[in-house]
Amino acid sequence: MSVKQISIFVENKPGKMFEMTEILAASKINLRGLSLAETEGFGIVRILVDDVYKATTLLKDSGYVNKISKVVLVPLPEDKPGALSEVLGILNEEKININYMYAVNGDDNMTYMVLKVNDSNAAELALEARGIHPGDQEVLTQV
Amino acid sequence: MERFFHPEIECASREEMTAIQNEKLLSQVKHVWENVPYYRKKMEEKGVTPDDIKSIDDMYKLPFLSKADLREAYPYGLLGAPLKDCVRIHSTSGTTGKRVVAFYTQDDIDLWEDCCARALTAAGATEEDVCQVSYGFGLFTGGAGLNGGSHKVGCLTIPMSSGNTERQIMFLRDLSATIICCTPSYAAYLGESMKEMGLTPDQIPLKAGIFGAEAWSEEMRHSIEETLGIKAYDIYGLTELSGPGVSFECSEQTGMHINEDHFLAEIIDPDTGEVLPEGTEGELVFTSLDKKAFPLLRYRTKDICVLSRKKCSCGRTLIKMAKPRGRSDDMLIIRGVNVFPSQIETVLLNNGYQANYQIIIDRINNTDTLDVQVEMTPEMFTDDIGEITARQKALVDGLKSMLGLKAKVTLVAPKSITRSEGKAVRVIDRRKI
Repeated sequence: MSVKQISIFVENKPGKMFEMTEILAASKINLRGLSLAETEGFGIVRILVDDVYKATTLLKDSGYVNKISKVVLVPLPEDKPGALSEVLGILNEEKININYMYAVNGDDNMTYMVLKVNDSNAAELALEARGIHPGDQEVLTQV
Repeated sequence: MERFFHPEIECASREEMTAIQNEKLLSQVKHVWENVPYYRKKMEEKGVTPDDIKSIDDMYKLPFLSKADLREAYPYGLLGAPLKDCVRIHSTSGTTGKRVVAFYTQDDIDLWEDCCARALTAAGATEEDVCQVSYGFGLFTGGAGLNGGSHKVGCLTIPMSSGNTERQIMFLRDLSATIICCTPSYAAYLGESMKEMGLTPDQIPLKAGIFGAEAWSEEMRHSIEETLGIKAYDIYGLTELSGPGVSFECSEQTGMHINEDHFLAEIIDPDTGEVLPEGTEGELVFTSLDKKAFPLLRYRTKDICVLSRKKCSCGRTLIKMAKPRGRSDDMLIIRGVNVFPSQIETVLLNNGYQANYQIIIDRINNTDTLDVQVEMTPEMFTDDIGEITARQKALVDGLKSMLGLKAKVTLVAPKSITRSEGKAVRVIDRRKI
């Protein structure tokens, strides 16, 4: 169920984010979600795209070191206070650790939280058991 | 089975070698006295005449020559043969100042190529081999020296020169080259490029490489051996003495055998100039025993190393020199600490990084700063930022314990450090002193 996220090494210097996004844009890759974690010298850009294979091939050919990892796409059923907390409560009960998270919009107009957790399978099972269905790759590729 | 190009010289007894050296030295001192006024003046100032030199035990009486002398005497001041007898020059890269120009008679070139042929033979080359010479050709000695040596051995020689990596790899494959000669940094780059092209070591028939002209670490050797699937041999030399082939590695790889029938080696205390006993570390000094056009006596190389006469399993009796820690020209002084780029390279390779790095030195608020820039690789990259910074910290710690100096480590994008086709540019010193 989990989706594939691409993490990219980018130097923390003016113009570097632009160069990277320009390459994706030129090949019509649609960025569905993005988050940037930075250190003094470099950053890790994490992206969700409509075409993972095309994007990783393109990045590799353009000299970007990148890696695919699994993330859990959790829908927030309603746009109201407490919606996120409810979901996190479920994971907390299962003692699942969250390394980082960010939000994206799915094609179904639903808001999703992208979660990087220590155990994707356990997280998905716990959510399913409570009637929450984590998004799959299709959520990102439907146009 | 070990092969030799000149077994009678390479395996001579100590007595035989000493006799050769004594005879050659006496005649060379006389040659220099009569033909090189610059050096004769130095001898006269020291009160030495050719009559005072009766054997190699009298070496210590002769004055030294340094790179400063070579610059002062530029271009013709140390010429030892009439120009009509000289057939070629070569020249240093000139990165540390004025170029040094060295002259060769046909005999000088002949003996130099012999030295390279010994090195190639020690690396396993025979007339059955195909040898690709990817050192630069031109003023640089690398291409010409190994090319000549390869001819002498009888290899099918590809005078490739440096550059155009794709063509290099095409020739390596299409002509089934078995031996390659280039700088170690270019060998590493070739390996990297082949990997990118999806080639594995068993798809190229290379078996050995001869790499020199820059300092490289043992770790870099292992990495080149692995990516190219070869055995990597070191070779040493200086343009001032002829070029590559002054000394070379054999199968034992515990130091380089000096072609001491042509180049007499001494180790001196770099501060006092006093000759040090065998086995003591000091500055390497060479006397050219045969060369007529550019006959340097007691030339100070600035290379710090140790000589050894320990019996070698290859059967050669030629004295061995340890791999110099780096030419003292390469040595950096940062916050008063001596640093060789090769030490930094060792730490990088030990920590899983590639030898694609650059050292940037600056002076900020009167304090020297050392920034080691190293390229991120697919193997070292992960989505976990904590893990990357932990590896970065491990590098800082490793450098600290190797150099006794706090360095900054900057991870940069792959291929962002310019690849060299000749000598790698490792150091950028921005200090204005």
